[in-house]
Formats: sequence, structure tokens, C-alpha cells
Amino acid sequence: MVAVSEQTYKTARTDTRRAKPFRFDPLFAAATRAAAITVLVLLFGIMASMIYGGWPAFRAFGLGFLTGTQWDTMNDVYGGLPAIVGTLSTALIAMVIGVPLSIGTAIYLTQLAPAWFKRPVGTAVELLAAVPSIIYGMWGLFVFVPLFAAWFQVPVSSVVEGMPIVGTIFYARSPSGLGILSAGIILAFMIVPFIASLTRDMLDQIPTVLRESAYGIGCTTWEVVRHVLLPQAGVSIIGAIMLGLGRALGETMAVTFVIGNANRLSASVMDPGSTIASRIASEFNEALGMQMNALIGLGCVLFFVTFVVLVIARILVSRVRQY
Amino acid sequence: MSDAAITPSAEAEVKWGRVRQSRRIQDRILRVGCTTATALAVFVLFWILGMLLWKGGQGISLDLFTKITPGPGSQGGGLLNAIVGSIVLTFLGIAIATPIGVMAGTFLAEYGKGSKLAELVRFINDILLSAPSILIGLFVYVVLVMPFQGYSGWAGSVALAIIALPVIVRTTEDMLRLVPNGLREAAAALGAPASIVIRQVSWRAAKAGIVTGILLALARIAGETAPLLFTALNNNFWFNWNLTGGISNLPVTIYAFASAPYDNWQQLAWAGALLITGAILVLSIAARALINRK
Repeated sequence: MVAVSEQTYKTARTDTRRAKPFRFDPLFAAATRAAAITVLVLLFGIMASMIYGGWPAFRAFGLGFLTGTQWDTMNDVYGGLPAIVGTLSTALIAMVIGVPLSIGTAIYLTQLAPAWFKRPVGTAVELLAAVPSIIYGMWGLFVFVPLFAAWFQVPVSSVVEGMPIVGTIFYARSPSGLGILSAGIILAFMIVPFIASLTRDMLDQIPTVLRESAYGIGCTTWEVVRHVLLPQAGVSIIGAIMLGLGRALGETMAVTFVIGNANRLSASVMDPGSTIASRIASEFNEALGMQMNALIGLGCVLFFVTFVVLVIARILVSRVRQY
Repeated sequence: MSDAAITPSAEAEVKWGRVRQSRRIQDRILRVGCTTATALAVFVLFWILGMLLWKGGQGISLDLFTKITPGPGSQGGGLLNAIVGSIVLTFLGIAIATPIGVMAGTFLAEYGKGSKLAELVRFINDILLSAPSILIGLFVYVVLVMPFQGYSGWAGSVALAIIALPVIVRTTEDMLRLVPNGLREAAAALGAPASIVIRQVSWRAAKAGIVTGILLALARIAGETAPLLFTALNNNFWFNWNLTGGISNLPVTIYAFASAPYDNWQQLAWAGALLITGAILVLSIAARALINRK
């Protein structure tokens, strides 16, 4: 009897010892799965909350919410066109200025810089990405904007005044320095570190032997870059540019500081305007009722635009991983 | 990098006299253009840092760390409540994001290899990584501020956690993938079940990398302003651990003070900007050093 019970006791003990981690195992696996699903839930939660919050505005104004130019808090009429146009035009300006700068920086860092110089310069460019956007805003408002007004807006306005087309686009009615163009330029500096460091990583991944064989048959650096490196990395560079675009579209604080927050549509890039993000940042805390719904509705528009851009970007850069 | 040594020496051999003029000019333009672009980017960084040191340095004093934010029109004052509030919000955000992020990253790297779910999560996580932070603020407003009728520190830290989460997921996954499979197999061969292998072997081997990810996430959320505007908001009072009300924090204080008409407010905004940028740059450099040491 005694021997048997001891036997059972022993097996029971080893059983509990072994069973414990095994029972914990599926629990742990389920916990990691739940955490992963949280990520999914968050993104779809953001999507759902934007649609839910913006729904009253969409229902009240229909398509006019996207095409209307009135933003009238007195009569509760909201049209998002000026903000949507402002968002797209600042992002476009940022791309036009930022993309050549970023690609140039990436080429310098991978092809031209001396080996000992690559690391400090590369780190400096990456640190530019770590600077918070509110700091760019303060730099923009207090340092860049006055210089921009005095050295660019005033002379350019006096030159282009009266000219057809150019005169409309570049004439500043009140050369305060605030406006779509200033915001676009600040955004350009903000996206350079992102596009540049991604592009650098992609250029670094191209096998050295390709480059060396091109140099070997007597190509100049320009020819190597143009005919070997860019075609090789092409698609992923476009992906990196799209990622930069996604950032430029949604950037808030820096733009809010320098864009002037005007609610009207203007043909000139020198005039104050607003973007979706800057409109939300500057009005949301005082907004009530329909105005708040309209602002969330604008957020919904921004969400879907950036979502599409980022999905395309991620598909294109899927070969390269970065933070 | 051996290629770096090869390429410059190869181009040093080029005899320009035998190269067509137009090719030579093209090449010069590329070199000058790329160098200028890089110089401009580095110049902007130093310009911003210089401006912060110049304008913010004047505002650094003992008062900054011992007095609370001044009311409109009153003299002096400091940023004590904003600094404490920011630290609490940021660390609370990281405390929420770290367990979820590390677990999700573990799922992607260890359990979900090749599964459809893991692929989808990875993709969505990358989207979330670059989603505009103001939308995350709006989301938290709709979910946490509207139903509870008020701005709160909790809402602010949840918003920050949502921004930190994808960074942690991404780095955790990448770092776990760097752990050699032999280690896992050795542990499994000794009879360790999957959860033990992960916790005792994979996590340990990837510890420095995971900590780097958390530091990067910390640097990312420390300066975030947009999501705090509609969640934590701000107040001018001493920090009192009541996370159910508005919490003063550095970024929103800087935003409010920077364009205010009072000299002492502007001075405080610059000092705060210097503090926050300094902290973020130190964190980023520390994260870099940690990962490079390995």
C-alpha cells in the first residue's frame, strides 16, 4: 500500500512539474497572438472612429464637404476644399524640393563621402529626423519666416507682379512670410532625413560588384548612379518617396506654425492657407457640434489619403526594412 | 566596408584628359549637387540646434525646474509642472506600449512565421508606424475623451502608447529574427517548451535590441504634440497625480507659450524646446550606441 501510494505521489509530482510549463505554453502563445491582433484592432479602430465622428458632416454636406470652399462656423456650413488643396499643395512643394535633396544626400552618403566621414554625416541626417515637429515649427516661425519674407517674398513679388500665371502663383499680397510655400519648404526639410536614410539603405544593398564593373569599363560616377544604381533601386526609392509623402501629408505642428491658418482658397502659394492637419490642430479644442464633426470628417479624408499612399509605399519598399 | 576603399581609389585613376567634356561636366554637376544637398541638410540641423541653444540657453535657470508655469501677465515662473507631467505621460505611454509591443513582436518573429495573420499584422503595423499622429489624437478623443466628458492624462498616455507601439513591435521582431535558430533548437532539444525557449533564450539574446526599440519609441513620443492637444490638453497647476483631469506637459505648453504675447512665456517656450530636443537627441544617440556596441 505504502509503496503504491508513494509511486502515485511520485508520478503525480513529476506530472505537475511537467504540466505547468505546458499548460502555460498555449496561454503564452495566445497572449502574443492577442497583442498582435491589438495592432490590427487599433488601425481599424482609427478608421472606424474617423468615419463615425465625421458621419454627421458627410451626411449633411454630401459631396459638397469635399468641394465646398465655405468654412462658416456661424451658419454651420463646412466645405473642406481649401484645407484639402492646402494639404496636397504643401505636400507637393515638399516633394519637389525635398526629393532631389534626399536623393542627393543618399548618393553623397553612399558614393561620394570619404569612408571616415560617412558615419558622422549619416548620424546627423538621422538626428534631423528625431527633432520633434514642434521645434521645426518654432524654427520656421521665428527664424525662417522673417528671412523668407525679406529675402524671397518681397523681391519675388516685385518681380512677378502683373505677369500672367507666374504673377498669380508667386505674388504675395501681404509678404508676411507665412503661407503655403513656407510650409512646403519646412516640410521638405522634415522629410529629407526619412527619404535619404531609406534610399541610402537601398543603395547600400546593391551588390558592390555591379558598381565596380561599371567603373571598370570607364563609367563616371554620374553614369554609375544614373545607369546602374537608380535602375537597380528604382522601385524601392519610389516607395521611400511615397513614405515621405505620407509624412508630409499628415505633418501637423510645424505646418500649423507657419501656414498662417487662413480658411480661404488662394491661387498664390505665397498666401496663407491651411492644411487638414493644421485646421484640426488650431480649431478642434474650441469646436462644438457640427464643426467638430466636420473636423473629424476632414481627419477621415486625411486618413484615407495617407492610408492609400502608405499602402503603396509599403508594397514598394517591402524588400527593405527600416524604422 | 571594403567597397568604400575600392571605389575612391578606382576613380582616382581616371584620366580626365581622355574623357569627353560633356561627361566630365555631368559628373561634376552630380558631385557638387549631392555634396550641396548633404551640406544643406547638415546645416539645417546645426542651424536648428544653434538657435535652440542660443534662445533656449538664456532661459535655463533654477526657476525653470522649481517653479510652475506662470499665468497670463504674471512675471517669472518655470516649467516644473510641465516637465513632471511630460515625464509621467511619456513613461506611462511606454509602460502601456512595451508589454503589448514586445508580445506582438514576439508573435511575428516566433509564432507567426509565414502565417497570413502575421503578414497582415506586419503590414498594418508598418502603416501605423507612419500614420499621422494627429489622427491618433482624434481617435483617442473619440474613444476616450468624448465618452468620459473630459480631457485626461490617461487619454494622453494612451495616445502616446499608440504611437510608441508600432516602433516597439517592429524593433522587437527585427531583433528576434537576428537570434540564430541554433539557440532555439538547442533549447528545444533539451525539452524546453516554446514559451520557455522564447522567454529564456530568444528574449535574452535580443535584449539589447529590444531595449533599443523601447528607447527609440521613447524618443519618438517625448516630443509629440499633436496627439496631446485634444487628449491631455494642459493646465497651469501643480502636478497632482490626478490622471483623470488635464495634465500639463511640455509640448503643449511650448505650443501655447511660443506665440504668446508675454516675454516670459516665450522665454519659457524656448527653454522647454531646448530641454525636449536635448532629451530626444540624447535618447536617440544612446539607442544608437546600444545597438552598435553589440
